[in-house]
Amino acid sequence: MGNVPSAVKHCLSYQQLLREHLWIGDSVAGALDPAQTSVLTNLHGFQPDVSGFSVSLAGSVACIHWETSQLSGLPEFVKIVEVGPRDGLQNEKVIVPTDIKIEFINRLSQTGLSVIEVTSFVSSRWVPQMADHTEVMKGIHQYPGVRYPVLTPNLQGFHHAVAAGATEISVFGAASESFSKKNINCSIEESMGKFEEVVKSARHMNIPARGYVSCALGCPYEGSITPQKVTEVSKRLYGMGCYEISLGDTIGVGTPGSMKRMLESVMKEIPPGALAVHCHDTYGQALANILTALQMGINVVDSAVSGLGGCPYAKGASGNVATEDLIYMLNGLGLNTGVNLYKVMEAGDFICKAVNKTTNSKVAQASFNA
Amino acid sequence: MAAMRKALPRRLVGLASLRAVSTSSMGTLPKRVKIVEVGPRDGLQNEKNIVSTPVKIKLVDMLSEAGLSVIETTSFVSPKWVPQMGDHTEVLKGIQKFPGINYPVLTPNLKGFEAAVAAGAKEVVIFGAASELFTKKNINCSIEESFQRFDAILKAAQSANISVRGYVSCALGCPYEGKISPAKVAEVTKKFYSMGCYEISLGDTIGVGTPGIMKDMLSAVMQEVPLAALAVHCHDTYGQALANTLMALQMGVSVVDSSVAGLGGCPYAQGASGNLATEDLVYMLEGLGIHTGVNLQKLLEAGNFICQALNRKTSSKVAQATCKL
Repeated sequence: MGNVPSAVKHCLSYQQLLREHLWIGDSVAGALDPAQTSVLTNLHGFQPDVSGFSVSLAGSVACIHWETSQLSGLPEFVKIVEVGPRDGLQNEKVIVPTDIKIEFINRLSQTGLSVIEVTSFVSSRWVPQMADHTEVMKGIHQYPGVRYPVLTPNLQGFHHAVAAGATEISVFGAASESFSKKNINCSIEESMGKFEEVVKSARHMNIPARGYVSCALGCPYEGSITPQKVTEVSKRLYGMGCYEISLGDTIGVGTPGSMKRMLESVMKEIPPGALAVHCHDTYGQALANILTALQMGINVVDSAVSGLGGCPYAKGASGNVATEDLIYMLNGLGLNTGVNLYKVMEAGDFICKAVNKTTNSKVAQASFNA
Repeated sequence: MAAMRKALPRRLVGLASLRAVSTSSMGTLPKRVKIVEVGPRDGLQNEKNIVSTPVKIKLVDMLSEAGLSVIETTSFVSPKWVPQMGDHTEVLKGIQKFPGINYPVLTPNLKGFEAAVAAGAKEVVIFGAASELFTKKNINCSIEESFQRFDAILKAAQSANISVRGYVSCALGCPYEGKISPAKVAEVTKKFYSMGCYEISLGDTIGVGTPGIMKDMLSAVMQEVPLAALAVHCHDTYGQALANTLMALQMGVSVVDSSVAGLGGCPYAQGASGNLATEDLVYMLEGLGIHTGVNLQKLLEAGNFICQALNRKTSSKVAQATCKL
């Protein structure tokens, strides 16, 4: 805006700006603790400035924290479900070696994320990226307090998952008949039958099951999807024992209006505490849609570090919302997530180098290039 | 790190103020939104590659045909500072001026204003900031001194019957000062309004804002200046632009600035993005049933045209998704 000053070099470094705006690490304290300082140094060669200027900045961080608007009506805590290792990598062209996947997940486990979707026990014929599901599941370090759900499209996958040490599973339904047919080669009704087998077995073994409803805001084959259909499918999954239903805008076509209408319908049948949103950023709408969901009382949000994963239905288009950008917004809103943004950015940097791509996270782009 | 973090005790905000921005207010979103297209000026100004005069003229013409009602055309600033805008007179004289469409131009000082008027400008834009340091670094004076300069332009504009729009930069944060108080933004905005600006655009210059901060800033400003005179200009440097814009709409703002193809990087963070992409904004507004008057297909064509001319990829997600299908 205005004339471009040549005084860029005199600006606050972005590290200072991030510190001021992002409640790094412990959301209570304003100042950086030594652990975060070393993270910053590793990231950018940043040396914390102990001049008077930044002391006042550090002081002002605490003020900002207190003064930040608690946007009324929003949940106090938001659980982020990190789907990068599964949904993200599944949609990346480059096949990632098993040890990299394991390292990636181990790094994510140390960021404060409490749920990390690890892999999918699906046939490698359909999803080559997930062929090493057993090795990955067995190879990761399972940190206490972190959950590691895996996708299990059928009973066979479920049994393999359990044998490999899975303690939480997910099933994937859709609110569109065409999508269900094209994706898993059966009708919605038939798919519900399969999922019921899986979820029943899971419950029998005391394994929690999460349900996904794809095409919640639109379908690549059918176009618009009625909120009533989404409600019907969600209700089926909830009724058979899924503890949480993640409503997915699979092709990212939703906008705050359609998000609101869909949630209004679903929330008549399912308590908001059992719902999550999974927004794709294919049309740049993800954060606006998520804000809408938060305003309606939803407090579980799926995202993928670095915005991993393109959209299989629109070549070249982006897919998942980036965890970094989501955390940035939630931090700015004063909402507690328990997640350390810098550590997430580090994990994102790691995986982007491994798949040889630039990050889709705007926060990462702004920070790493500063 | 994976251990449970204690939930912070939070101040409980009074329920009364809740409803103002809860989704029940989504029923009170504006029915129409005026989009102020800043691509040819704010966008191009921050692009590295210099674009020829005919290309600039064609871009503005294509944007006019896309149904936009306000297109910020150029800046009457010295080419020494902003080489991209060196051809301001030729561009303003060369574009087709469609009836019903405004073509404001930036005029940082009286000299620029006079040159703009001579070139046929009917609307001008002045650029202030809510940050003392930013003002000093940007135009080499204090906020108070900048008001005096602008007053000269406003008086001259009034005599010549020329409308003046005001920008307030750093409305949600400053690259030099960091945090900016909503009260300061309100103070500067009020001054501009009282000096005669018909509309004031509140800019998140470095894109650091989030919806809560947007709400706080607007709450303060709305106490001093009527809602109908306010616009928001969100940068997408941290991916927050559309969410911030949505919050502004929920608060009743009905004028939004954006840039076709998300043109213009951020001069303060190399490699980072800048403006909110008009295509992505239009997509959201259409999805909300809000009237914009914009033909998205023609807008996409304009974006495609300028990206080819600049030899760069679009920053609009809608354009990325649509073109490849």
